[in-house]
Amino acid sequence: MSINVKNIHKRFDEFTALDDISLDFPSGELVALLGPSGCGKTTLLRIIAGLEQADLGDIILDGENASNTHVRDRQVGFVFQHYALFKHMTIFDNVAFGLRMKPKAQRPSESKIREKVFSLLQLVQLDWLADRFPAQLSGGQRQRIALARALAVEPRVLLLDEPFGALDAKVRKELRRWLRKLHDELHITSIFVTHDQEEALEVADRVVLMDHGKVEQVGTPEAVYNHPQTPFVYSFLGSVNVFHGRAEQEHLQVGNEQLRHHNDSYGHAQDVFAFARPHELKIVENNHHEGVSARISRVLSFGIETKVELDGLNGTHYEVHLSQQQRQDQPLHIGQEVKLVPSALALFPKEIETLRLSEQQG
Amino acid sequence: MNTLRQFSVLPGFGLSLGYTLVYLSLIVLVPISAIFIFTCQLSLSEYWQVVTSPRVMASYQLSFGTSFLAAAINAVFGVLLAWCLVRYSFPGKRIVDALIDLPFALPTAVAGIALTALYAQNGWLGQIIEGYFGIKVAFTPIGILIALVFIGLPFVVRTVQPVLEEIDTELEEAASSLGANRWQACRYVVLPVLLPAIMTGFALAFARAVGEYGSVIFIAGNIPMVSEITPLMIISKLEQYDYTGATAIASVMLIVSFILLLLINLLQSWTAKQTGRSA
Amino acid sequence: MSTLAIQTHASQTTRFEKNAATREPNWVKYLLLGISLSFFALFLLLPLIAVFTEALRKGLETYWLAFTDADALSSIALTLTAALISVPLNLVFGVAAAWAITKFEFRGKQILITFIDLPFSISPVIVGLSLVLVFGVHGWFGEWLVANDVKVIFALPGIVLATIFVTFPFVARELIPLMQAQGKEEEEAAIVLGAKGWQNFWYVTLPNIKWGLLYGVILCNARAMGEFGAVSVVSGHIRGETNTLPLHVEILYNEYNFSAAFAVASLLALLALLTLVIKSYVEHKISKRTNG
Repeated sequence: MSINVKNIHKRFDEFTALDDISLDFPSGELVALLGPSGCGKTTLLRIIAGLEQADLGDIILDGENASNTHVRDRQVGFVFQHYALFKHMTIFDNVAFGLRMKPKAQRPSESKIREKVFSLLQLVQLDWLADRFPAQLSGGQRQRIALARALAVEPRVLLLDEPFGALDAKVRKELRRWLRKLHDELHITSIFVTHDQEEALEVADRVVLMDHGKVEQVGTPEAVYNHPQTPFVYSFLGSVNVFHGRAEQEHLQVGNEQLRHHNDSYGHAQDVFAFARPHELKIVENNHHEGVSARISRVLSFGIETKVELDGLNGTHYEVHLSQQQRQDQPLHIGQEVKLVPSALALFPKEIETLRLSEQQG
Repeated sequence: MNTLRQFSVLPGFGLSLGYTLVYLSLIVLVPISAIFIFTCQLSLSEYWQVVTSPRVMASYQLSFGTSFLAAAINAVFGVLLAWCLVRYSFPGKRIVDALIDLPFALPTAVAGIALTALYAQNGWLGQIIEGYFGIKVAFTPIGILIALVFIGLPFVVRTVQPVLEEIDTELEEAASSLGANRWQACRYVVLPVLLPAIMTGFALAFARAVGEYGSVIFIAGNIPMVSEITPLMIISKLEQYDYTGATAIASVMLIVSFILLLLINLLQSWTAKQTGRSA
Repeated sequence: MSTLAIQTHASQTTRFEKNAATREPNWVKYLLLGISLSFFALFLLLPLIAVFTEALRKGLETYWLAFTDADALSSIALTLTAALISVPLNLVFGVAAAWAITKFEFRGKQILITFIDLPFSISPVIVGLSLVLVFGVHGWFGEWLVANDVKVIFALPGIVLATIFVTFPFVARELIPLMQAQGKEEEEAAIVLGAKGWQNFWYVTLPNIKWGLLYGVILCNARAMGEFGAVSVVSGHIRGETNTLPLHVEILYNEYNFSAAFAVASLLALLALLTLVIKSYVEHKISKRTNG
């Protein structure tokens, strides 16, 4: 089932949680709502579910306006951040709850319920826990039971609020792969909220990046990672080096130093941010004619990459990633004065963005 | 949004809040407002005369004085008891812990006659105290003090105990690693954390003691100007069908109660802030 | 007033006693234990023992006679009736108030909570007086009540109203912090899964709060059966008609019938002890739930 979100606004007292959000979620996709805490992603998810009401705007489910439909009748499955399993019921009763709440006419017989519950427990590979209570389960198991419970009522959409937020790193990775596999089997339209970029990029078909109640960018994981469209997306996905400068025709003026850029649309002495990923910076001798001066403060050489941390002028910090090959070709030592030259630079005009970006990094 | 409440999918807001407000108004607010409305029938000078007459003034002094002293005694021994219950193991601890709440559960009249029997001239304790020290307890202000200590005992223990339980041992470990001796660690590290809870317990015990009636009247002797507590003044005015007099004194006590309630609320939010828990 | 204090666990105490940083020298420990336990014995244990020894002073037969007396029986009946009416009413109120306060955000919530606490800080005598002012012969509804031959003051309705007033906050006071801590995620989950109004309360909320509810009811009941000051003002002390158990104790005591007074008092003391036993059991249950 497709979901369309149209011009949603939501305020809590003075705080604007969602500011004119419009999004389309095509049928059968697994979409991640990604952003820092307080960006409005959970509020949006709860509005789609019907747990929260928008001040303005519409939620269209399968082409029908569902804005005034009660949660109960929206046929959504919702997995809560802390699972919200009923503590006093067994795992079986938890999963059976939705079926037992149906009006008499639609309620399946107890034996049908049993069958259904066990098939769901098998799906999440936990049928051997049917008689336990939630308190006796591990976090990862609880999460899977919460998912089975949500699926029991055959929802048209599955909504998950920070599904892996409360789990430790190892279980997280496992469950991530498992959720992806499950989605490939069921093909139910799903939206999950996360603040973890790695999680969003690895699991989702598409990623919606949100910040301060606004959508920053929508696209496939490759697209948003490789072609960030806003400074926020640039700095939120992966580490990034920022240069503050003025764009001229051919080059970027950073203090007294110059960096070459290959961007035709700038060139009228405009104040800009320039972004370069750690692997897009080259370390050169400090007598090089172009580049930004820095001093090496740390060299971390483990794994397949070498991470070099540098201190620039005015207390700025840079990070450069080198392949082991590059590392061997170039002797580096702590305290060495060098220059940094970017192989690629993405420029963004300095506008109101300045404020928001500094907040992000602060 | 400027609505009265925020949206929620849970049902029953109107029903539950409506019922709460109606029930609260009928049972509590209407009768209490009657006190103030009846008081307004008196002129200011009449009112002043009633609430400051010598016998009534003596009762304030007695009620507030003994209540304050009782709450102070409870603050000291309540902290000690809470400390022992949390920090030490000793035989019969669970029974002691359960019995701390006895004054909450025991009807005040029962407490009153039991204390009187104990402290009367021929009672177990009365005999000893009068025989050795020559002090009369029952039917004097000391008797009132004892009754008020009894009914106020659980308040300090029960407000301090949970806070003491939640204090991390790390706090005292840090203190002793920094060279504090045991006394310094308790005095400068533990006590400040407990202080808001102690004061809350003190205020609760004081508020309860000021209004207490049942446990006091048996042991007080009720001698005018000497051992008449303020609630008793209200009763005796009422028995003389002096409704306005009774109401006027009641209004004074009510105002004190409101002030105490406000103070307790402030203290509780302070406690919550100190211990990082919700009130 | 006594919110659900989680029981101290033996393991926690030994943690303090084994740790050099949180341990006092033995002589300090025994001194503190000695002082506080003496205080406990003097102020709590001794009065309790006195009730039972005084009650049995003149033998079991006199003790038994105190209960079979017609006035005693009618006071027991009246006390039970008043508690049976007021406790369920306050139970319903407590659940409704806690539901509204903990599951919704609305303006004036803090004021409402303060008002619910109000009866705790008002003298019982004032409670009685305020009812007299509203329902007494010279009160607001006095004329109307007399004209329609309805008795409130010096009758059962007055006693019930006074009892409800003084026991008003008990259930709500226990439930509010409990339900606040539990949040509303489980109820929201139930709604998404299709539960309707009362289904949600019966299947999800009630099982979660049942022990807290029982705790509040027990304390409410103890106070309801033992209330003296407020009931004393509105009862009129008519023997065999408007005397509750605590008032009966007072009358017997004032007639110098001490052994009978203490016999009836011992019944109330037993009720108090029973209350404390159930209370400890419930606390134990709750601490097991929260720790398990």
